[in-house]
Amino acid sequence: MRLGKTAIMNKIIAKEFFSDKVVKLVVENPLIAKSRKPGNFVMLRIGEDGERFPLTIAGADPVAGTITLVVQIMGVSSSKLVALEVGESITDLVGPLGKPTNIKKIGTVLAAGGGVGVAPLLPIVEAFKKAGNRVITVIAARNKDLIILEDEIRKWSDEVIIMTDDGSYGRQGLVTVGMEEIIQREKVDECIVIGPAIMMKFASILTKKYNIPTQASLNSIMVDGTGMCGACRVTVGGKTRFTCVDGPEFDAHQVDFDEMLMRLGGYIQEEKKATEIYSQKL
Amino acid sequence: MSLTPEYLKEERNQAWRAELRSKTKNKDRMLIPRVKMPELAPEIRVKHQDREVNMGLEPGQAQTEATRCMDCANPTCIEGCPVSINIPKFIKYIEKGEILNAAATLKETNALPAVCGRVCPQEKQCEVRCFYVDKLDKQAVAIGHLERFAADFERNSGVSNIPETAKPNGIKVAAVGSGPASLSFAGDMVKFGYDVTVFEALHEIGGVLKYGIPEFRLPNSVVDFELENLRKMGVKFETNYIVGRTASFDDLKEEGYKGFFIGSGAGLPRFMEIPGENYNGILSSNEYLTRVNLMGASTSNTDTPVLHGKNVAVIGGGNTAMDSVRTALRLGADRAMIIYRRSEAEMPARVEEVKHAKEEGVEFMMLCNPLEYFADAKGRVKGMRLNRMGLGEPDASGRRRPMPIEGSEFELDVDLVVVAVGVSPNPLVPSCLPDLKVTKWGTIVVDEDKMQSSISDMFAGGDIVRGGATVILAMGDGRRAAENMHQFLQETSIN
Ligand SMILES: Cc1cc2nc3c(=O)[nH]c(=O)nc-3n(C[C@H](O)[C@H](O)[C@H](O)COP(=O)(O)OP(=O)(O)OC[C@H]3O[C@@H](n4cnc5c(N)ncnc54)[C@H](O)[C@@H]3O)c2cc1C
Ligand SMILES: Cc1cc2nc3c(=O)[nH]c(=O)nc-3n(C[C@H](O)[C@H](O)[C@H](O)COP(=O)(O)OP(=O)(O)OC[C@H]3O[C@@H](n4cnc5c(N)ncnc54)[C@H](O)[C@@H]3O)c2cc1C
Ligand code: SF4
Ligand code: SF4
Ligand code: FES
Repeated sequence: MRLGKTAIMNKIIAKEFFSDKVVKLVVENPLIAKSRKPGNFVMLRIGEDGERFPLTIAGADPVAGTITLVVQIMGVSSSKLVALEVGESITDLVGPLGKPTNIKKIGTVLAAGGGVGVAPLLPIVEAFKKAGNRVITVIAARNKDLIILEDEIRKWSDEVIIMTDDGSYGRQGLVTVGMEEIIQREKVDECIVIGPAIMMKFASILTKKYNIPTQASLNSIMVDGTGMCGACRVTVGGKTRFTCVDGPEFDAHQVDFDEMLMRLGGYIQEEKKATEIYSQKL
Repeated sequence: MSLTPEYLKEERNQAWRAELRSKTKNKDRMLIPRVKMPELAPEIRVKHQDREVNMGLEPGQAQTEATRCMDCANPTCIEGCPVSINIPKFIKYIEKGEILNAAATLKETNALPAVCGRVCPQEKQCEVRCFYVDKLDKQAVAIGHLERFAADFERNSGVSNIPETAKPNGIKVAAVGSGPASLSFAGDMVKFGYDVTVFEALHEIGGVLKYGIPEFRLPNSVVDFELENLRKMGVKFETNYIVGRTASFDDLKEEGYKGFFIGSGAGLPRFMEIPGENYNGILSSNEYLTRVNLMGASTSNTDTPVLHGKNVAVIGGGNTAMDSVRTALRLGADRAMIIYRRSEAEMPARVEEVKHAKEEGVEFMMLCNPLEYFADAKGRVKGMRLNRMGLGEPDASGRRRPMPIEGSEFELDVDLVVVAVGVSPNPLVPSCLPDLKVTKWGTIVVDEDKMQSSISDMFAGGDIVRGGATVILAMGDGRRAAENMHQFLQETSIN
């Protein structure tokens, strides 16, 4: 039964395709627009049969009462979200969740975003810049089509390096190549990495080598997003933590990325089957 | 409404009750055997996650059971009920055949009788204080079954009995969380005339009643009906709203809220912190039950997946463990095992659930404790190592302390493990109120009589105060908080 959904509408105000697979949505939710901080995320559910899934709040306009989400189509839930048209509403949207990023003035910040990870990175880059830091950002993706939010990132970065796996745009190579170049060129005080778990793992190995404090924003599997289930647990510094309430950002050098990669595959069979059934329905 | 001895006496002296008492001699009442709840056969029910095991009493059965109750002059049963239901009064209405009046009697003090009739640990509460148990050493009057009967009768009758509410006073109050504590608080406050809004973080109202307790024990339709009644009384509900996150307490105060009730529950699952516990296929009971109950993962048309296991081990001995292990059976497990470190006598689960679980074929491995888990190459759990325990001297909880037996280690093949070893208080609310006093366990400190916290306009109750407790204790807290918040707000608004 659905009781009480009057105050919060979750209507989609605008929708823009960055590529076939990556879409930006502007969604009405005045309360979250006002209370969110960089690093926070929301949980969404599309339709009464939908699953709950997390997306980072990529930006917000408290005056207009909207938040921005950038979503990459992965499986059923992200497809259902992207299938919504402007004017339609998201069934359930709750947040802001997670601890906000610890933004401070420390000097030079190296931010690295992989794929759709650039979306959650944007508000953090903006906040570090506004706090008076020198910000250098590395954007990486498999190819040119998957490079997103370049202009927005440029607006808040002192320097931007673009890396593609196939060299179709920017420079050819992995994100770590761009990062290492900066680290060798100048003193970096802190790193922020957001992207696929495997990218974060190697970025973390790199910065550890140079002893640079590094935050990673983890994208664990979640159910409730409020600390209730433990589906999102990760091992950080030998201790089990819940990504949704203790994170999503953690000291990257303490994160057991191998365990995280293993846990991300925990429902792979079920997800594959669901995606097959969903595409047959279409 | 408080049940003073005078009031109880006055009610008991009413002509219709006196007449019923004289109609059947107590001697004859005592000869009637306790009714047996009709149940769905075990081999059928293990195939259905959503078919209720207890089927409810037939009207004739209910009336006969009601006749057993002797309408005691000193009804000790009421003292065992945390919300002080006028038990003899409602039972006598059943005996008289006026079931709607019985239901109305329940509603005087209990906002969710159909729920409590099903899930209360009666054997530890009202029924253990029944004269039959106390003085006669016989089986108690089946108070819970009768409560359920009256509430179900009303629900199915189409005539719903919406309790009277006082004239709206325009004062806004908020309940944080929508579990039984908040719901009973909301029901009482709306009766006093307040403008009540219940805020819930999840997309469904009901707290554990929705996400935890499975449909085979408590159908969602039963909960929804009771929620609808609250709505008809004027209670407002906001889902997807985390107080302290979506908006702060200060924001709500600015919107005119004058009083807050915190019923945010003990939702954080505990793990044992033993090697291998983060392998895939090892999950908390909250995760398992939420996937199945809240997200409908066991039906084919929903998107939320759930892992199916052939050999399922559930760690723990409470209601949560019983619900998980029986869910695993219903999802097709060949072997569903309870692994508990104490003996059956110490298990905190409701007696009826243990009985049902045994009938369904759950294996009980008592006095066993997990030590470590093993996984296959992909990280999916495939086995565990345990040791056997002996019982030593009683510990602080009065239960005999389990001690590992040296050299008793053994291994077990498992492909799904559900950890149900307890929950911790939800830290969300305390973490955003630095002035709120909490214990070292993270529960909110309240004045026990008033349920008032260290912040005067904030009251609290249920699992966030007690740690893991029961539905009815949570509801009792909500009622007391309502009564005292009412008084507090009347006093502060006069000054
Ligand atoms: C805190 C947090 C913030 C996030 N922010 C964003 C965001 O801003 N934009 C965005 O596009 N995505 C974000 N994600 C990831 C997003 O939640 C998942 O991509 C989404 O739930 C996939 O659902 P699906 O049903 O479409 O695909 P599924 O069918 O669930 O998955 C399809 C494939 O994706 C893989 N997969 C599933 N979940 C994840 C995951 N969490 N991370 C990586 N791979 C996964 C599966 O293994 C599978 O191979 C975030 C995740 C977290 C935890
Ligand atoms: C599986 C299981 C089986 C059980 N079986 C029984 C039984 O048979 N009999 C029995 O008597 N007891 C049983 N219990 C215990 C009983 O359910 C609990 O004691 C009771 O539900 C506690 O009620 P509550 O109102 O304190 O909180 P809960 O029912 O825990 O509800 C709290 C709600 O608050 C929400 N919330 C938390 N923080 C916020 C916030 N900041 N803003 C908005 N919302 C918030 C949560 O999402 C949740 O929905 C069982 C528990 C479980 C888990
Ligand atoms: S509410 Fe629970 S304790 Fe009270 S009478 Fe009913 S079953 Fe017994
Ligand atoms: S104690 Fe037992 S017999 Fe006496 S009034 Fe209560 S339920 Fe009836
Ligand atoms: S998603 Fe459930 S605890 Fe984090």
